[in-house]
Amino acid sequence: MKLSGAEILLRALELEGVEKIFGYPGGAVLDIYDRLPFTPLKHYLTRHEQGAAHAADGYARVTGKVGVCFATSGPGATNLVTGLATAQIDSVPVVAFTGNVPTFMIGNDAFQEVDTVGITRPITKHNFLVKDVKDLADTVKKAFHIARTGRPGVVLVDLPKDVTRELTDFFEEEYKTPVQIRSYKPVLKGHPGQIKRAAKAIASAERPILYIGGGVVSSGASDLVVKMAEVANIPMAATLMGLTAVPGNHPFFLGMLGMHGTYAANMAIQESDLIIAIGARFDDRVTGKLSEFAPNAKVIHIDIDSAEIGKNRHADIPIVGDAKLVMEELLPEVEKQVAKNREFYAAREKWILKVRSWKERYPLWYEPSDRVIKPQFVIEKIWEVTKGEAIITTDVGQHQMWVAQYYKFRFPRQLVTSGGLGTMGFGVPAAIGAKVGRPDKTVFCISGDGSFQMNMQEIVTAVHYNIPIKVAIINNGFLGMVRQWQGIFYQKNYSQVHLDVQPDFVKLVEAMGGVGLRATKPAEVEAVLKEAMAIDDRPVVIDFIVDREEDVFPMVPPGGALHEMILPNYGKKKEKKAV
Amino acid sequence: MDRKCDHRKHIISVLVENQPGALARIIELFSSRGYNIESLNVGHTEDPTISRITMVAKGDEHTIEQIVKQLRRIIDVFKVRDLTDKKKLDRELLIVRINVETPEKKEEVMRLVEIFGAQVVDVSKDTYTVELTGDEEQVDAFLELIKPMGIREMARTGRVAMVRALHGETFGEQKE
Ligand SMILES: Cc1ncc(C[n+]2csc(CCOP(=O)(O)OP(=O)(O)O)c2C)c(N)n1
Ligand SMILES: [Mg+2]
Repeated sequence: MKLSGAEILLRALELEGVEKIFGYPGGAVLDIYDRLPFTPLKHYLTRHEQGAAHAADGYARVTGKVGVCFATSGPGATNLVTGLATAQIDSVPVVAFTGNVPTFMIGNDAFQEVDTVGITRPITKHNFLVKDVKDLADTVKKAFHIARTGRPGVVLVDLPKDVTRELTDFFEEEYKTPVQIRSYKPVLKGHPGQIKRAAKAIASAERPILYIGGGVVSSGASDLVVKMAEVANIPMAATLMGLTAVPGNHPFFLGMLGMHGTYAANMAIQESDLIIAIGARFDDRVTGKLSEFAPNAKVIHIDIDSAEIGKNRHADIPIVGDAKLVMEELLPEVEKQVAKNREFYAAREKWILKVRSWKERYPLWYEPSDRVIKPQFVIEKIWEVTKGEAIITTDVGQHQMWVAQYYKFRFPRQLVTSGGLGTMGFGVPAAIGAKVGRPDKTVFCISGDGSFQMNMQEIVTAVHYNIPIKVAIINNGFLGMVRQWQGIFYQKNYSQVHLDVQPDFVKLVEAMGGVGLRATKPAEVEAVLKEAMAIDDRPVVIDFIVDREEDVFPMVPPGGALHEMILPNYGKKKEKKAV
Repeated sequence: MDRKCDHRKHIISVLVENQPGALARIIELFSSRGYNIESLNVGHTEDPTISRITMVAKGDEHTIEQIVKQLRRIIDVFKVRDLTDKKKLDRELLIVRINVETPEKKEEVMRLVEIFGAQVVDVSKDTYTVELTGDEEQVDAFLELIKPMGIREMARTGRVAMVRALHGETFGEQKE
């Protein structure tokens, strides 16, 4: 039977196991949207294509499945760009479909024509322009395969309008056969010799540390990594992307490392003699001044992307492979080595004690107040009210760092945040995608007053589909993170960071059909959160009016080494908050 | 990072799907990551669906290693190999139009053409156009010698290369 390109696309999506699509229609995708209602696919009409891309991304991050978004040609496609770049840099599997002008008009500067594959080439793992309907099914199949295998990423498929209209044969059985891409064969299994060497190094190191990245979460290696830490007595530090790999209260867990990392995590890295980096990429926000990063450490680097190994820091023992598959081999080797060499415990005991003392002497800390709401306090309260079980999405800024520091995560994929690109406006649409993917979970977006205004139109989407996300606006009346930098490094010359003119967020959200709440005093915080938790048919936004000039500490100044942290002012401390 | 400071020319050979997007990705890789390409040459192989790209890039060992790894990440790329230290055949084609207004100059050019095994392929009243195939050093040396006579116009292809068929070795190394 002959099907149109549009029908083939939609049928192929079903065969890929797609259930939810986030998108926005337009002229070039009319044929696809014409057929969409006749499929079991559930489409969410976001209010901006950027929202569609972030929602697909959020959906993918919490489910581990491929997120899918649709947009029309020209402005539809360009509106996707920020969202796709955000997903790609954090290695999230997303497949985007864009319409384009008919093949015979391509290159003519036709109405709503842009070179979508050209624009998106640097921000995708791969992209395709389908020029013949006969190639469509095979291309969709390849797109999903590329997005979800190897180092996951974004694939864009550009579909000229005539390709979606024309008819051709579609053979379902053929579609179900395995994909063949002759030039693409990711290495998944680690080299056995390297794994043995790594196990020996781990068993003989005196001051080892695990440096856990997002690859641990996305490959499903979290339990294995934590087990290895326990078996071999290794303290653990995580990146922003890797935070949910380790239960937040694990005794060996030091929290986040890097620019706003904990004192203990950063010191442990600096003084280690062996770094076991897994699914992490030695990003500059993590290493600080690279030449002074962990000067005495040997490095075991496990990553699925060989280009990440040795890119920023030399790896003494490189292992290319999927974190989970490598850990399945490495853990038993480490167990063997540890059993052989009992003495190492004694040596390592000193290290563990030292790391603990850092943790106890220099915990995360803020000065509590019963007069103004402290932003960190809001996050602690959200943790309490959600029992640490909510999926948290964030925007970008100070609030994001406080989430990383103060929300103690319990399970993998619980944090959805734009790590690599740092995209303000990510939080709300990502929360929509997350809630669609995990309707069983409370989804809390912790946003800033600046960031919220970048995609607040998506509250309407949540209202439209009764998606009961919760949003906490940490409202400091500032582009807080930029203000903090201007405060510390530019002599408090606050330039263009005041957000004194602001909508009344409560009224605004009410006007969009959601519930708006507000807290202005510490005593109100818990009650308002409980009120929000009781609402389950609409989005709720809580405007928390917080201390305006609170800073995020510790902070490694730009260009500084990790141990050169600016610490909170413990001198004035009335009450010590333990990590 | 202990980056060795010798900036050598490396000759990198890439086998890639013969598709427009593939070449675009390779070129964009160089601009987006700030690598320098000296020359780049594309043509198809014995299999018309596969192209061979030969490029010359300058950089320290670390940069070149990164270039090779980044090239391997490209979905359409089959194989990447740094041929710099391999036994290889390495050729470049030069076409150059030289001023020869005087009989002495004509004679000198003909002499050089003979020594270098080049060929005069076009002649006008006061110019000779010469074609030369050779490795980079030969081409450079030839140009150096004819420069004083005055070069009107020239075109170089950039290098193409292939590993020598020693021990049955051909292209070698699989994409990782
Ligand atoms: C799209 C985008 N534009 C600009 C920035 C630069 N930036 C980083 S943090 C920040 C301030 C964010 O303000 P807000 O959302 O209120 O969060 P706060 O830091 O106050 O918690 C800005 C402007 C960015 N990360 N993303
Ligand atoms: Mg703010």
